[in-house]
Amino acid sequence: MTFSADSRFHRQLFFFNGLLPALLILLDGWRGRLGANPVEFITRSTGVLTLVFLMLTLLVTPLRKICGWNWLLKQRRLLGLYAFFYGVAHLLTYLAYDRDWQLQTVVGDVYKRPFIAIGMFSFALMVPLAVTSTNAMIKKLGGQRWAQLHRLTYYITIGGVLHYWIIVKSDVTYPFFFAVILAVLLGWRLVMSIKKARGVAPRVS
Amino acid sequence: MSDSSHIPSSEITPEETFLNRRFFMKSAIWAGSTLATAGLYRTFSPRPEVKNTGSAISTVAEPLQETSLAADEKVNSFTEIAGYNNYYEFSTDKSEVAAKAKDFVTNPWSVQVGGLVQKPRSFDLEDLLKFESVERTYRFRCVEGWSMVIPWVGFPLSKLLNQVEPTSTATHVAFETYYDVKQMPDSRYAGIDLPYIEGLRLDEAMHPLTLLATGLYGKTLPNQNGAPIRLVVPWKYGFKSIKSVVKITLMDREPGTTWSLANPAEYGFYSNVNPNVDHPRWSQARERRIGEIGSRPTLMFNGYAEQVAHLYAGMDLREDF
Repeated sequence: MTFSADSRFHRQLFFFNGLLPALLILLDGWRGRLGANPVEFITRSTGVLTLVFLMLTLLVTPLRKICGWNWLLKQRRLLGLYAFFYGVAHLLTYLAYDRDWQLQTVVGDVYKRPFIAIGMFSFALMVPLAVTSTNAMIKKLGGQRWAQLHRLTYYITIGGVLHYWIIVKSDVTYPFFFAVILAVLLGWRLVMSIKKARGVAPRVS
Repeated sequence: MSDSSHIPSSEITPEETFLNRRFFMKSAIWAGSTLATAGLYRTFSPRPEVKNTGSAISTVAEPLQETSLAADEKVNSFTEIAGYNNYYEFSTDKSEVAAKAKDFVTNPWSVQVGGLVQKPRSFDLEDLLKFESVERTYRFRCVEGWSMVIPWVGFPLSKLLNQVEPTSTATHVAFETYYDVKQMPDSRYAGIDLPYIEGLRLDEAMHPLTLLATGLYGKTLPNQNGAPIRLVVPWKYGFKSIKSVVKITLMDREPGTTWSLANPAEYGFYSNVNPNVDHPRWSQARERRIGEIGSRPTLMFNGYAEQVAHLYAGMDLREDF
């Protein structure tokens, strides 16, 4: 079996590396080595990991088209589910430590703080995508409609970067870094769709 | 394609070698990816411990009501105090400041004191260490919503100001932090204008709680905490307590301050700790004490209302935040 056909190996590799940051956070937490403000570290790292996995899911199509790594497609669901997993962890940290489980205060907080509203909205959009990630749901929705629904990832990722950008006090280096990557990933798609439209147009007219 | 059937058997990799090679490659990918992922995590995860390498400062005892300003509360560890710092000239990552400020040169040092004073002068480090030092344990509340209890060593700012004799027209005091992009290369990413500047009203500056700190935990200040000398105003948000001071200027008007210039809607000149006035992006009603998991209520004037509330009598603190 060639490397690109060994999807069991890919899955194991992606599964383990995706879980590794969470395991290391747990290990450091158990050893009391999450720094002076563990809550802040967990909040920030789970948030950043959500963005990282969102970016990785968006990287799959360009890598397939440019490098021909079609084997990546089979692992995209796992990457998306990891984005959701770290998003859930991020949200739970917020509810537990920022809100002290006073869930009734969340509504007011969403209303009062735009970056919370953007974060919540992006997370809410992730839920239907996680729910419809099973093979059965893909079949039920039909490939076309499923793909359309999952284009929400673009808006989720834009929302996520915006959410990060607004919360930093003044140093936007990291949010800027994510914004640039996102701009490249979405820009590439835009260029491709324009090229495709141009390519198709003459035949239509 | 048909050529493949003509490959001499001697050139076909034996199955065993092929499988070995595959096993080797897979192991290498496992090891490499694990190291890369863990390494990336480690780059961003906090450093474990900070050592106190300062030299001892002798202090004189003060009456209890002045020293026990947070006595019932647990003092934060040296590692917590010196391993978690907002010092944007070195890094905006609080866990990184200690390492980035390691080689910061704080000796020789001098503080220029001038403006509306009778006797402008410069104090070098030895002059500053001649002031009688006291130990003061204060609560420290950051505008970001975390807090600590810190055993400072220093002397009241009023002692220094009295030596230069402010004129009768002086109403405010402006402070400036040392700035050198060569020593502080990451300051380019700070996102704020530097040098860092801060200010107080003269009566705030003369208040007995307002300290010029030269140390903590009985030893000289670590670089990351604002060596060799910094301001400590315990009833205001931490960013008012300007670090590594090189200039103190008496003025007859409110001086500009870094954060209020950067974002006037979010940071005011006064920036008194106030649980009733929220930051536009987060609540100030509660705080997370470093070392504790839950949150605790934030106290008016950070618990020093008894000592300082009279300074703001008649002022609307929502207006003058």
